[in-house]
Amino acid sequence: MTNDKSVSKFAISRRGLLAASAAGATGLALGFPSPALSQGAPLKVGLMLPSSGTFAKLGQFIDNGFSLYVEQKGGMLGGRPVEFIRLDDESKPETATDNMNRLVGRDKVDFVVGTVHSGVAMAMVKVARDTGVPLIIPNAGADEATGPLCAPNIFRTSFSNWQVSEPMGKVMHYVGHRNVVSITWRYAAGIQMAKGFAEGFTKAGGTVVEELTLPFPEVEFQAMITRIAQLKPDAVFAFFAGGGAVKFVTDYAAAGLQGKIPLYGTGFLTDGTLPAQGAAAEGIRTTLHYADDLNNPANVAFLEAFKKKTGQVGDIYAVQGFDAAALLDVGLTATKGDSAARDAMFAVMGSAKLDSPRGPLAFSAAHNPIQDIYLREVRQGKNTLVSVASKGVADPARGCKMT
Amino acid sequence: MDIATFAIQLLNAVQYGLVLFLVASGLTLVFGILGVINLAHGAFYMLGAYFAWWFTLATGNLFIGIVAAFVVSFLLGLLLESLFIKRLYGRDHLSQVLLSFGLILVLDKLRQIVFGRDVYSVPLPEWLSGSIQLTDLQSYPHYRVALIGFCLLVAAAIFFVINRTRIGMIVRAGAENRDMTRALGIPFDRVNRLVFAVGIALAALAGAVIAPVSTVFPGMGDSMLILSFVVVVLGGVGSVPGAAIGALLIGLIDTFGKVFLPEFAGVLIYLLMALVLLWRPTGIMGKREI
Repeated sequence: MTNDKSVSKFAISRRGLLAASAAGATGLALGFPSPALSQGAPLKVGLMLPSSGTFAKLGQFIDNGFSLYVEQKGGMLGGRPVEFIRLDDESKPETATDNMNRLVGRDKVDFVVGTVHSGVAMAMVKVARDTGVPLIIPNAGADEATGPLCAPNIFRTSFSNWQVSEPMGKVMHYVGHRNVVSITWRYAAGIQMAKGFAEGFTKAGGTVVEELTLPFPEVEFQAMITRIAQLKPDAVFAFFAGGGAVKFVTDYAAAGLQGKIPLYGTGFLTDGTLPAQGAAAEGIRTTLHYADDLNNPANVAFLEAFKKKTGQVGDIYAVQGFDAAALLDVGLTATKGDSAARDAMFAVMGSAKLDSPRGPLAFSAAHNPIQDIYLREVRQGKNTLVSVASKGVADPARGCKMT
Repeated sequence: MDIATFAIQLLNAVQYGLVLFLVASGLTLVFGILGVINLAHGAFYMLGAYFAWWFTLATGNLFIGIVAAFVVSFLLGLLLESLFIKRLYGRDHLSQVLLSFGLILVLDKLRQIVFGRDVYSVPLPEWLSGSIQLTDLQSYPHYRVALIGFCLLVAAAIFFVINRTRIGMIVRAGAENRDMTRALGIPFDRVNRLVFAVGIALAALAGAVIAPVSTVFPGMGDSMLILSFVVVVLGGVGSVPGAAIGALLIGLIDTFGKVFLPEFAGVLIYLLMALVLLWRPTGIMGKREI
C-alpha cells in the first residue's frame, strides 16, 4: 500500500467519525460505558512512562502530547475509542520487565507506548520481542532498539543517540573547530552520543583531543572543567540531561569558560532546563530534531492546541508523544481499527509519512525516524533555530536484520 | 600541568574534601561515641539540601535557609534519638543496621510526600554569584571560596569544642572507653542525645551548603553515605582529626584521579582505603588494639 492511499483513507474515516466522536465525548463525560456508543470494544493503550523521579516532567509531556492527538480525533484511534492504562516506570530498569509483563499479561493491552529512560526501554524492547506486542518508543534513544534489537513490532517516534549527535560533528568542523574535547556520563546514552559525535567530527577531519567521562549520575564537575581549561580546545561537545545539564552549564559559566571555549551539545543540554540555567546557557549551540520556534503550520497548530489543553508551552517530548499517537492512528486506520491484523498495520506504519510538528517524518527499514536535524542556539532563554544541520538523517541501524 | 592549573585542581580537591569532612565528622562521632552504625546519615545530607532549598525559597534568603536546615535537623535528631536510637546502644550491629535502614526508607518517603520528586536548584545571593579571574581563561566562583572558608570555620569550631570544652572532654572520654566513662558517673545519656543530634545536623549542614553548587535531587545522599563511611574507616572510627585527614585524602585522590587516570577514578579511593587498612588496620588515627 502506498502512503497516499493511507492518508486518504485516514481522511475519510475521520470525516465519518465526526458525529460519533462528539457523542463519544459526551458519553465519557457523563460516565456511560463507552462500548455502548462506539464501534466495538475500546483499544487498550498502555502508557508506561515516568511520573516520578528526574524524568517525571518529560513523562508528563509525552502523555499530554499523546492524549492531545487522541482528543483531536474525538477520543479515538483508527475509529476505535481508546482506553488508557497508565503505569509509572519510575525510570527504574530493574522493575521494567515486571512492569511491562504486567501491562501485556494482566492488563492485556493492545499497544504499549514508552518510555524516556534508555535502560527501561531496553527491558521493554526485550518483552516486546518475546510477546510480539506492538511497542512505540516516544523518547529513549538507545541505538540498539532500532539496531541489533530491531523488530517488526517496535517503532520509535523520537531519535537514536547516533542520529542527533553525528550531525554535530560535521557542524563543529564546518564552523572551523579542529581540536575538540567531549564530556559526558559513562552510561549507554552518554557513550553512544560521544561516539556518534566523534564519528561525524573525525570523518570531517577534526580531532577529538580527549574524551572526558564521569560516572552516571555524578555531578561533581569541577575537576573536569579545570581539565578542559588546561587542554584549551577549540570547543567542547557535551551530553548531559536534566539536573546534570543544569549543573554542568552553570558550573561551566561560573568557571569563566562561557564564551571563551564555545560549548556545543545535543539538544538535551538545553531542553526543558533553560529556566534553571538562566544566562549561563546563552550562546550554547545544540543539535536536535526540533527547535522551539519552528515555523511550519503543523508546529504552530500543535503549540497552540497544546497550550490550550495544558496551559504549558509544548516541547520536543510532547511532540514525540503526539507523533506516537499519529503513527498508531495511521496503522489502525488502514486496518479499520482491527488491532489483531498486526502485519498489515506494521507495513502501513513503516511506510507512513507524517506531517509532524518537527517537520516531515518518515521511518527507516529499522523503524527509526528519518528526519531533519536542526542546529539551534540559546538566545534570550529560547532554543532558537539557526539552520538545518542535516536533512533527512537516517540512522545506519547497525546490526539490524530488517534492513 | 602548569602551576596555575595545578593550583586550581588543588583548590577543587580541598573544597571537595572539606565538604566530605563535614558529613563524615558527624558520622564518625555517632559511630565512635554511641557505637551506632547510622546508615541513615546520607538521608540527612539529602534532607539538609531539601530543607535549605525550601527555606531559601520561602524566605528569599540563603543564610536563613542554611541555618534553618541545621536547626530543624538538630531538633529532628533530638527527637529520633529519644524515640529510637537510644534503644540501640549496646545492641549488636544487625539491629542498628536494620533500624537505620528503615529510617532511610521512611525519610525518603516523607521527602517525596513533602518536597516532591523533582530536581531543584537553589539560587545564590547577588554578591556571592560572581567569580574571581585566575588565569586568562579560568575563574573561580565566589561561592566556592566562601564554601572553603565556611567549612574551615566549622571544622575549627568542632575541634575547639572537642579539645577545649568540658563537653568535648566527655565526648573524648566516651570515644576512648564507653563503659569506664559511664562507671565514673558522667551524665552520658544527655551527651549521647546531643552527639547524635549534632552528628546528623552536621550532615544536613553539609547538604545545605552544597545545595547551591549542586542540584537538589532524590538519592543525592546515597553516594555521600558510602564516601563518608570510607572516610570514617580510613581516618579511624571516632577520631575527628582522622576524619579530616581521610576526607582531604579522598578529595585529593578523587580530583587528581579523575584528571590523570580517568578510567580508574571510581576505584582509586577504595584502593587507597585497602592500602591504608593493610598498613593500619584501625585507620590512620584509630585506636591501637591492646
